[in-house]
Amino acid sequence: MRNVWIICRKELGSYFVSPIAYILLTMFAVIFGFFFWNALGYFVLMGMESQMRGQSFPMNLNEEVIRPLLSNVSVIGLFFIPMITMRLFAEEKRTGTIELLATSPIRDLEIIVGKWLAALILYACLLLFTALNFAFLFRYGNPDWKPLAIGYLGLLLQAGGLLAIGTFISTLTKNQIIAGAATFGVCLILWVLEWVSGYETATWARVLAYMSVITHFESFAKGVLNTKDAIFYLTVIFVGLFFTSRSMESLRWRS
Amino acid sequence: MITVKDLTKRYARTIAVDQICFEVQKGQIVGFLGPNGAGKTTTMRMLTCFLPPSSGSATVAGFDVLEQPLEVKRRIGYLPETPPLYPEMETADYLTFVGKLKGLSGSDLSKRVDFACERCAISDVKKKILGKLSKGYRQRVGLAQAIIHNPDVLILDEPTAGLDPKQINETRDLIKGLAGDHTIILSTHILPEVEQTCEQVIIINKGKLVATDSVQNLQARARGAESVLVEVAGQNGNLDLAAVQKRLEQVRGVSRVQYKTSHANRNVFEIESRKGFVRGDLARAIVEAGWDLNELRPAAMSLEEIFLQLTGNEKPAGAQELVAKGAD
Repeated sequence: MRNVWIICRKELGSYFVSPIAYILLTMFAVIFGFFFWNALGYFVLMGMESQMRGQSFPMNLNEEVIRPLLSNVSVIGLFFIPMITMRLFAEEKRTGTIELLATSPIRDLEIIVGKWLAALILYACLLLFTALNFAFLFRYGNPDWKPLAIGYLGLLLQAGGLLAIGTFISTLTKNQIIAGAATFGVCLILWVLEWVSGYETATWARVLAYMSVITHFESFAKGVLNTKDAIFYLTVIFVGLFFTSRSMESLRWRS
Repeated sequence: MITVKDLTKRYARTIAVDQICFEVQKGQIVGFLGPNGAGKTTTMRMLTCFLPPSSGSATVAGFDVLEQPLEVKRRIGYLPETPPLYPEMETADYLTFVGKLKGLSGSDLSKRVDFACERCAISDVKKKILGKLSKGYRQRVGLAQAIIHNPDVLILDEPTAGLDPKQINETRDLIKGLAGDHTIILSTHILPEVEQTCEQVIIINKGKLVATDSVQNLQARARGAESVLVEVAGQNGNLDLAAVQKRLEQVRGVSRVQYKTSHANRNVFEIESRKGFVRGDLARAIVEAGWDLNELRPAAMSLEEIFLQLTGNEKPAGAQELVAKGAD
């Protein structure tokens, strides 16, 4: 556990010493800020219209602002995750520092989990910016915090799974661009897999749709903690990290 | 300290290391010598548990590299060919990180970081970013990284590659200075380096062990019968070469005399000897005959020649490159 933390701290240091973290944070803050501004603008307009018509149908911040925004974050995340994970192992392989890690008295799994955890923490830092925006809702409105908390949990679980996949892909190459592009491709495919369920109901289509990372987020966005979906994400994390450890071992046999 | 037995590394098509056996005693500096691609790095990577061997075994400080890799890694400091530095980190932070990785903590850790910095003469760049250091400093930070946890064994892969002559000398002195506390294996294709720094040499070529011995023994072994070079000059610049040759052949213990060169009016003879040969007899014979003896020296083979002799079936192109590299 101590070793995991050593690796994790070092990785976080690398993120925040280089411009990587700041660029990602800025981009994310700008993009999400725009989404938030739009969602809120639309919400305010709808609120005024309903008042003018004299109808008082209940407006719900959770349902109409937070929920779609959380879904948006999960999609924006797909674009940011490759940029977070692409350097994790590819960089170490290119500069040869992987030899230092691999010849230190530390287990492969500790290296992998340490790096993955650092990536997850950086992603959580991105989410902090969304929390900053949501804080305004709590200041001026009265949304329920529990569905929001569950939404965040879902985002972290989903990101954890995709980051694990990205970590795995990063062990396959020395080239960060290749790692990034491949991770992005896989993330995108995992996102759109559910489309097949739109026109096909055969078993294979249902299996494919089930593997889509987006469908499992819907329950979290609603604020419902669905064990099945949580287990799905945990499985993706486990499988991703497991493949990473296999890949690291095969690295030793091949290189 | 290190025992290697039938160590083999096979890749899909090639055998990188083929049944190598050797032993290294505690406190020795061993030179691991071979042309590029001979399998030096592969062997070192197997010793450091970076690569698992295909067959055979290696033990470091009594621990097997396959059975107890963590124990082996705790006792090994390793400097790969390119120092494993994170370009964005500062020297001191980097060494602290490596120290933690190797299991150090607390005041022990900061003490070892200071010690390693002092030992490798990098105290003045502690706060500098690694990516901005010169090649010589990077190499020394690499060495500091290897000794940070005071390992029993140091494995250094071409520690002087790419340095300028002054830095090479500094690095060699540093390595010699480390020898007391650590057992050191260093690989190189630069022959004088081995002559200067190592007590023991392991020569490999194309993955096979060619020779393992002390530097002196190896030189003696390759020399075979002792041979001597003499430079003779006649009075007034006249010298009857045939007469000299005849006279030299008559000296007790001389088996063969060969006229080597008369470059720039210097007449050099190579004399091969057998038992009972005394250099004094040779000198006396020349002087008494009325010639001048300008030089008399044993023709010891340099490690370079030994190496070429041992790896004799190499193609000449590779050998030449090796000599050229050794000379610089």
